[in-house]
Parts: sequence; C-alpha cells; structure tokens
Amino acid sequence: MTTPTPSAPANKLGFTKQDYVGSKSTLCAGCGHDAITAQIINAAYESNIEGYRVAKFSGIGCSSKTPAYFINQGWGFNSVHGRMPSMATGASLANRQLINIGVSGDGDSMSIGTGQFVHAVRRNVAMIYIIEDNGVYGLTKGQFSATADKGSSLKSGAVNELPPIDPCTLAIELGCGFVARCFSGNPKQLGAILKAAFAYQGTVVLDIISPCVTFNNHDASTRSYKHVKDHDFPLHDLGFIQYSEVEDVDIAAGETELVTFPDGSKVAIKAIHEDYDPRDRYGAMKAIHESMEKGEFLTGLLYINPTQPPLPDLLNLVDEPLASLDETLLKPSPAVLEDIMKALM
Amino acid sequence: MTASPAAALPAQGAKTRINDFSIQVATVNGSGSQTANTVLLRAIFQMGVFVSGKNLFPSNIAGLPTWFTIRASAKGYVARKASNEMLILMNPETAKDDIAKADTGALVIYDEPLQLDKLRSDLACIPVPFQKLVTASCPEPKLHKLVKNMIYVGVASRVLGVDMAEVKKAIAKQLKGKDKAIELNQNAAMAGYDWAMENLPDQDQVRVVRDNKTQGLIIVDGNEACALGALFAGCTVVGWYPITPASTLVETFIEYAQEYRIDPKTGKSTVAIVQMEDELASAGVVLAAGWAGARSMTSTSGPGVSLMSEFIGLGYYVEAPGVFYNVARTGPSTGLPTRTQQSDIELCAKCSHGDTQHINLYPGNMEECFQFSYDAFDLAERFQTPIFVVTDLDLGMQNWSSKPFDYPAKPYDRGKVLNQQQLAEAEDWGRYKDVDGDGIPYRSLPGTPGGKGAYFTRGSGHNAYAQYSEKPEDYLAVVDRLKRKYETAKTYVPKPLFRNLGSDKGLLAFGSSNPAAIEAQDLLAEGGLKTDYLRLRALPFTAEVDTFVQEKQVVYLVEQNRDGQMANLFRETYPEFATKFKSVLHYDGHAIDAKFIVDQITAFEQK
Ligand SMILES: Cc1ncc(C[n+]2csc(CCOP(=O)(O)OP(=O)(O)O)c2C)c(N)n1
Ligand code: SF4
Ligand SMILES: [Mg+2]
Repeated sequence: MTTPTPSAPANKLGFTKQDYVGSKSTLCAGCGHDAITAQIINAAYESNIEGYRVAKFSGIGCSSKTPAYFINQGWGFNSVHGRMPSMATGASLANRQLINIGVSGDGDSMSIGTGQFVHAVRRNVAMIYIIEDNGVYGLTKGQFSATADKGSSLKSGAVNELPPIDPCTLAIELGCGFVARCFSGNPKQLGAILKAAFAYQGTVVLDIISPCVTFNNHDASTRSYKHVKDHDFPLHDLGFIQYSEVEDVDIAAGETELVTFPDGSKVAIKAIHEDYDPRDRYGAMKAIHESMEKGEFLTGLLYINPTQPPLPDLLNLVDEPLASLDETLLKPSPAVLEDIMKALM
Repeated sequence: MTASPAAALPAQGAKTRINDFSIQVATVNGSGSQTANTVLLRAIFQMGVFVSGKNLFPSNIAGLPTWFTIRASAKGYVARKASNEMLILMNPETAKDDIAKADTGALVIYDEPLQLDKLRSDLACIPVPFQKLVTASCPEPKLHKLVKNMIYVGVASRVLGVDMAEVKKAIAKQLKGKDKAIELNQNAAMAGYDWAMENLPDQDQVRVVRDNKTQGLIIVDGNEACALGALFAGCTVVGWYPITPASTLVETFIEYAQEYRIDPKTGKSTVAIVQMEDELASAGVVLAAGWAGARSMTSTSGPGVSLMSEFIGLGYYVEAPGVFYNVARTGPSTGLPTRTQQSDIELCAKCSHGDTQHINLYPGNMEECFQFSYDAFDLAERFQTPIFVVTDLDLGMQNWSSKPFDYPAKPYDRGKVLNQQQLAEAEDWGRYKDVDGDGIPYRSLPGTPGGKGAYFTRGSGHNAYAQYSEKPEDYLAVVDRLKRKYETAKTYVPKPLFRNLGSDKGLLAFGSSNPAAIEAQDLLAEGGLKTDYLRLRALPFTAEVDTFVQEKQVVYLVEQNRDGQMANLFRETYPEFATKFKSVLHYDGHAIDAKFIVDQITAFEQK
C-alpha cells in the first residue's frame, strides 16, 4: 500500500485508487484501450478488490499489453497470441481463489484464438474476459480483424467484404451467463458493468468497442470514436450494488429491475430500450441481430444468468487452492502402492 | 506334407527350446483377441516364466489386421525377437502372407478350412476345427467371435504345456467381476485344450516349463507406470487432448485419481483434469497452472508436441514449470500412429523457436517410467521449466514384466518459492535474479498475500525484475542465465547406467532401445566382440557421459529413427569427437530387436 496523500480517499480495504494502477501505458495517446484500463482501475478500487488475489492474463496485441497498466499488486501473465483463455483456465484451476482478468483483442480472440475463446466460455472458467475490440490488428499496424464490419475500410482504402464475427452472440450461444457490450468512450456504463463483473462467478464476456486512433479512426471506419458515438444504443442505465451495500441502498421501485448474484450483490437495470429483458436469451439474440442489421451498437448488459457453476465446481474441486495442498494429502501411502502392485501381479 | 496334425509335428529329439521362444498371434482388430492374448501371456507369466508382449495394431477401430507377439525368455530378455517359433493365424486376410514369412520349422495353429499346410512344407501345421469347437462350447452365436479366440488359447496351452489352472486364473483376473464372462471364457479355453489333448501328440520343439523367474513381479505398461508416478508425485492439474499412444496415460491417471485423489474429509477432488480443445490449450493449462503453483502435466505424442512448441518456448523463457509426456509414435506427420519410434528426440531437446534447451528424461523400463515421472515434477519445480518425459509406444502401450515399484519416499522438492514472510524479509527481490549462482531464480506465487512479490510475467524481453526491456544487456543476462541453469541441471538429472564388459568400444542406447541393446551386447560378446554399454537416461548429458565419450574409441549409438537424432545431439555437444559416433538406426515402426543391432555393428566392425 502506498502512503495515501491526505486528500486521497480510500476504499473499505484502506486502499486508494493509486494502489490499483500499474506501470505507465506505452500505447498511442487517445487509444481506447487506455480508457478501458482506467475503468478497470476504478472498478477494482470501488469493488474493494484485494490486489494480491488478482491474476491478469493476456495474449499478444496492443490490448494484450494493458494488464501491465493496472493493478500492480496482482500477478500478470502476458502469454502468446490467442492463448490467453487456456492460461486463465490453468491458473484458475491451480488456485480457485484468484480473481482472474483476461484481456484480449479482437484479433487475439476472434481469429487466432477463437477456439480457446469458445472453449473457455463453454467451460465457464472463472474470469472476466475482456475483448478490446477495435476491428483491426493494432500491433501489426492496421490489418483487418474478424470483427471488422462488412463494408468498413482501412486507411489504405481496402474494404472488408467478409461478415464479422460477433463475440457477444457467440458467447450467448455458448451458454455464457454474463455477456455485455460496452464502448470505451462511455465510462459510466463500462464502470457499472465491470463492477458487476467482479462479483460474478464464472465467465464474463465483455466486448468493449475501443477505437484504434492510429489505424481505425477515419471516417470510413465503423469503429471510429465518431461512428460509435453516433451509433451507440445503450439498452439501459445500469447500477451495481455490492452485497455489502445491499442493505443501505434504496432502490427506486417501478421501472428498475434487479438481478441478484449468488453472493447477494445486485445489478439494477433501468430500461431505456423498451422490452429488453437481459434474462431472455432468445430475445437478446434477436435484439442484437436486429441492431447489427441497422448498423447500431447495442450496448449494456446483453444477457445475464448468474446461476451456472464455474469450472472448479463442475470438477468438484476441494475449496483450498490445489497449489497449496500439502504432500500429506497428495501422496498416497505405501500401503496404497502395495495394493496397486498386488493388483498388477 | 499331409494335413494330418500328427504327421505335422516334428520328430522327437529335436533340440527343445524351453521357456525361450516367441509366439505371434494374427487376428482382426476389434475381435476381442486382446483379452485372449493377455490371458495367454499371463498364464505363461504365472508359470514363473519371464514374458513380454507386443501388440502390433492398426490405426483403426475394427476390421484391420493386428498381430500380438509374446516372447518368453529364460534369460530375461524382453526386446522384440524378429523370429517366431509359433504362429497362431486367425485372420484369413493375412494368413497367406503370414505363412509366407514364417520361420522354417515354426508351429502353426490355424483354422482348418484355410488349408495353410498346402502352402509350405517346412512348417509344423496344426489345423484346428474352430467352428465346430465354438458351436459346441457356446450356445450364443453372438459370442462366437470372442469365444473363438479363447479356444486358441486352450490349444496353444496344450501344445506348449501351459497349465490350464493358470489359464483359468488368468481369465478370472482379466475379466475380474464379470462372472458370466469368466465362465464362458474358461469353458472355451477348456474346449480348445480338450480337443488338442485328444487330437495332438506331444511336441518337444518349444515348451513352457514351470520356473520361478516371475515370483513377485508385476505386468504393466509404461503409460500406467507413468500415470502412477504422476499420482504419487502429487500432480494437481492435468490438461490433455487424446492421441495414440499417449491417451491411456491420462486415462489411467483418471482411474487412479478417482480412487486415490479424493479428499477423505470432503469427498472432493484434489486434482483438476480437463480434456482441452487441443494440445495448444493443454500446454497453456499446464504452464499457467505450474506458474500458479500447481504440479501440472499433460500427455501427448509427436503431433501434439509440434502444436505445443510455441508454448514450450514461453515456458522456457518465462520459467514456468510443467511436465510434458511425449509418448512417441512413428512420424513424420500422422505417420504410423500405432507404431513406435524414437524420432522426437531433437524436437523435445530444443522444442520451440529461438535458443531453447530442455531437460528430457528417457525412462528405459517400467520402474523408471514410475520413478522418472515422480522426479519430473520435482525437476519442473526446481528448474521452473517444462520437463519432457520421453517414452514411446513400445514402452507406453506394451506389456512388460517388472519388479514392483519402490515407494518414492523422498519428499517433494517444491523448488525456490518464496512465501509471504520470505517475501516480506527479502531485500530487493527480483523474479529473475540469480541469487545463488546456479541460474535458478526465486519465484513467488500468485495469490500470496502481504502486498509483496507480485510481478508481471511476459514472453517478451525482460530484465531481472521482470520488467519489459529491449536492452541487449538485459536480454543477455536472462538467456545466459538460462544456459547456466541448464548446466546446473546436469547434477540433478538421472545419471547414465553402465554395463561394462571391459572394452574401448562403446555401445550407447536409451529408452525403449535398452532391452534390445542389452541382448545385443550379450550376443556380440558371445561372438567375441566386447563392448561397454552406456544407457543414457536424460538431457543434459552429465559428467559420466562426457567421460564415456572421451574414453571410447568408437561409440555405437543405437536409436529408432532415420536421421540419428541422438547422434546429432552428441556430435553437437562433443564436436571434437564427432567421428566416434556410429549410428545403428532402426525405424520401420516395429520395435528394435537385438539381431538387427548385432548385424549392424558386425558390419561396422568388418569395414
Ligand atoms: C503466433 C503469432 N502470430 C502472429 C503474431 C503477430 N501479431 C501480434 S499482435 C497481432 C494482432 C493483434 O490484434 P488484436 O488482438 O486485435 O490486438 P490490438 O493490437 O488490435 O489491440 C498479431 C497478428 C504473433 N505475435 N504471434
Ligand atoms: S495502434 Fe491502435 S490499438 Fe495500438 S496502441 Fe495505437 S491506437 Fe491503440
Ligand atoms: Mg484489435
């Protein structure tokens, strides 16, 4: 913990926001990814996250560099391109008490790593899976990614003729219980969703539209700041209430819906878009598809179903981290070996 | 030669091979012959005779030909023997071919209608009316195919002099718990035996005679031995993807884990086993779990290692532990998935791009499959790096007699891990600092409380404090330390074993080539050529290997691949002695045999 300056407020654990920062970003000034980093720091601070329990994973890309820029008190692992999900899977099994944050890019997750994305979601690995989605490969200097919209063009003038892969509908299809789309330029919405994500147990998929100011911020791009701002269609005003605060918060009756998590935390959803129920899987799919056809970005909590057991529960693992189990529990006795040998005689 | 079985048997007085022969059984894959063959193998084993079994099976679930070889050896040789004294030909598709390849004088049991006796006159033919016997012994037509196999077990037992009581016991063991199946199979075996008693005279060409060589021994395959090693080593995370011949390692591990890795207090599991979507993901799980402090492993074969190689390089460079089994098969590409080879030696020695060097263990028998597995987890954590345990289909999937495994009493070595208190007390800790001069840094585990020890792991350039760096001096400091770390490993990995007859000619083999090498060494010595045999058991090469290479005038290096991959590693490590190495290379997919080695070395000697 750093010594707080007299004016810096602290959270319930006594940490200031400064305690959740990381090293200095080396991304381009104005990169959407940095805005996301700022919200992660904010949400972790406000959610009273114990930094030492945080494990950060990423693949390769500008986006994948960002785990170095937040929560220095946690451990980080910048792995290989497209393989972040398997890293998070392994570590989350080794120590089920870790709070896992995976940061990936649209290239990292929707091209080279699609298989790992799909299977991590399918397994409900306990992690917040963030896709910092700019429609291009930033780090390799601006090639199309698989989330680029049909008809979108590169700075060079090349036009994308292929249909995009949408991480959100894909995640819903795979049974993910927490799927949201956000815009890096809407900190309020992103912050609320991140706080809810910290309280969730299982895979959270966040597709965060995050403009690349260097390679994909021109007029003919569908992921420029201007385009997304103009076409962003927030579904609802979101509030998140941590379990510890539930008692004290007065929730306006009527138009606000509450979704309760197993730990007692609540997401308060005040609809803007009429009739959108984020607990209706088919309805969510339909609404997303319709909005994509209209060229809109539906943002907010697209689907929520906080009832599914995370992977360690599915595997019936002991509560203690496997990593800290003792030899006395792990190594069978000489009598066991003798029995096994007898059976082989 | 007439079709009369009596006339087919050799005259009395021929030199009898007692407990020293090979039997080859040709059947159809998926016909249930595996049970029959294992019963015959076990029955001979229970008679106190040293046996080994090799299943030469196709890459197919049912319908293609398969051959099973049982070798009995009074001297304890367990390598494949190229010649067979008895054939049991149950597959009409291959019978003609099989008989054409038969060794002169061999006893041949076959289905009467095949009329194989018409094809060669120098064999001892034993036609058996299988259909008649099957119908008589089993009322259910559905089961005829299975029962037919057990009938040849009965016939062969009579011909060889195997005690039927042992056959029945072996059936009961093999089909443990399935009482009806046991009875049915025992009856079928008896039917074959009774028929043979009535219709076949004694023969004294090959006999099984009760001995005491197998008292207290076990029969096991290498995958099971490795699985047991991992079980006792306390493996806690497994990520894997099915591939022949590596699958049964994890599958057996799962079976044992379900029994022995359940926390008695809670009934919950102390190991996480996940079948991943591919080998890349398996490698990711293993390394991340190791990084987070678990003892992790995967089991794969060549194609899987190829896929994993980017991750293996990451593990090497960021220093994350994990145990990687390569149960090798015949490459390249899909190759012959159900045949054996030692052709991933260079792949595993230097897996991944850039300068990489890995610790490799080469178990050469069942006890070592067990013990080296146990050790591999220690080495992974001690050296904070991926460890390869390299076996192959021959070791992994074949049946071997072995001494029971000794209990691994040595406590786990969890390596240089700093806990909360040590981190609090550490002055100027750096994840990649070489504090002890052995190249091995101290690590911290994610989730350690106290606010100290967190660091950022990256496959990109880093300095001693795990910070991003592209500075040449930082880069060099890391990769040169990794080299020192590899040097340190020389004092930790299993040393080679010697079998010296007092010679300046060296014989060198490793892994599954060991049994044939030992036998070849004896045969060569009988023929007047003495050798000193070094059995290599690990990479990096230890000081004992250095001395051997320096001292020998010539080193015959036996391995099962085309390119002499181990010889290449030797020539690279000992360039000044490069010309000493003469390669004996066997790579047709069958396990190497002693005669092959003898012939090759003899040819070298005559040059
Ligand atoms: C195996 C492999 N292939 C290619 C690359 C090169 N590469 C690095 S980042 C990247 C694309 C990253 O795109 P994205 O995930 O969208 O991240 P962004 O930079 O846009 O945030 C590629 C292709 C690599 N590092 N590894
Ligand atoms: S290239 Fe694009 S994605 Fe990468 S840092 Fe710059 S703005 Fe961000
Ligand atoms: Mg991108």
